[in-house]
Amino acid sequence: MGTVEVAFSALPIHVRTARMVTKAVAVRSGVAEQLLDEVRLAVGEACSRAVEAHQKHCPEEPVRLALTDAGERFSVAVSDRAQSQPEDDGLSMAVIKGLADELEIVSTPEGTTISMSWPTR
Amino acid sequence: MDLKVTDYTSDDGITVINVEGEIDVYTAPKLREKLIDLVNKGKFHLLVDMEKVEFLDSTGLGVLVGGLKRVRAHDGSLELVCTQERILKIFRITGLTKVFGIHTSIDEAREKRAK
Repeated sequence: MGTVEVAFSALPIHVRTARMVTKAVAVRSGVAEQLLDEVRLAVGEACSRAVEAHQKHCPEEPVRLALTDAGERFSVAVSDRAQSQPEDDGLSMAVIKGLADELEIVSTPEGTTISMSWPTR
Repeated sequence: MDLKVTDYTSDDGITVINVEGEIDVYTAPKLREKLIDLVNKGKFHLLVDMEKVEFLDSTGLGVLVGGLKRVRAHDGSLELVCTQERILKIFRITGLTKVFGIHTSIDEAREKRAK
């Protein structure tokens, strides 16, 4: 079991960095090759959403990404500190829901955490 | 890889837009500007060739939907050429396969249009 945590400034260009790190850790965790694109896309969507929310509400705060290899599952949590969510995230949520194998969204007054996971080999 | 967008208009009045690279939250504004620019120039029949797109996210989908709305305001069309399964999957899970005409080649798109 191991965790990689990344905190990044709420800028669109860093979403790409987040996708690259996600792919690298997913490969190490043993996520099947054919799932990698889906993992990368779903995590990128969650990060884009968080970046958008931060830009509106708290541009100085970093977005947090935690990647955990927990044996049979590869888990990802994307956390924002925005007090309200992006207004128009319908497409983004549709993509996340369509691609995450397991999904949990927890919203509190302090922010939202989107947790997703996929099986490993 | 960044996004490369080029276009040409053929005799039948269809403007083909070649998109190459990653369409994401960072690069999508470039595609949006290209679509707006073409509509402003009176190009209302657009065919977006996605065959060299390596990555597409919901921001990119949003830009394509925005483009479609713009051309429809002028009785135009915006259709796609895409055979890559990983890109098609995104259109399917968001229900956008019902919104866009999606073709397997530029020639096929032209033939269907001519009918």
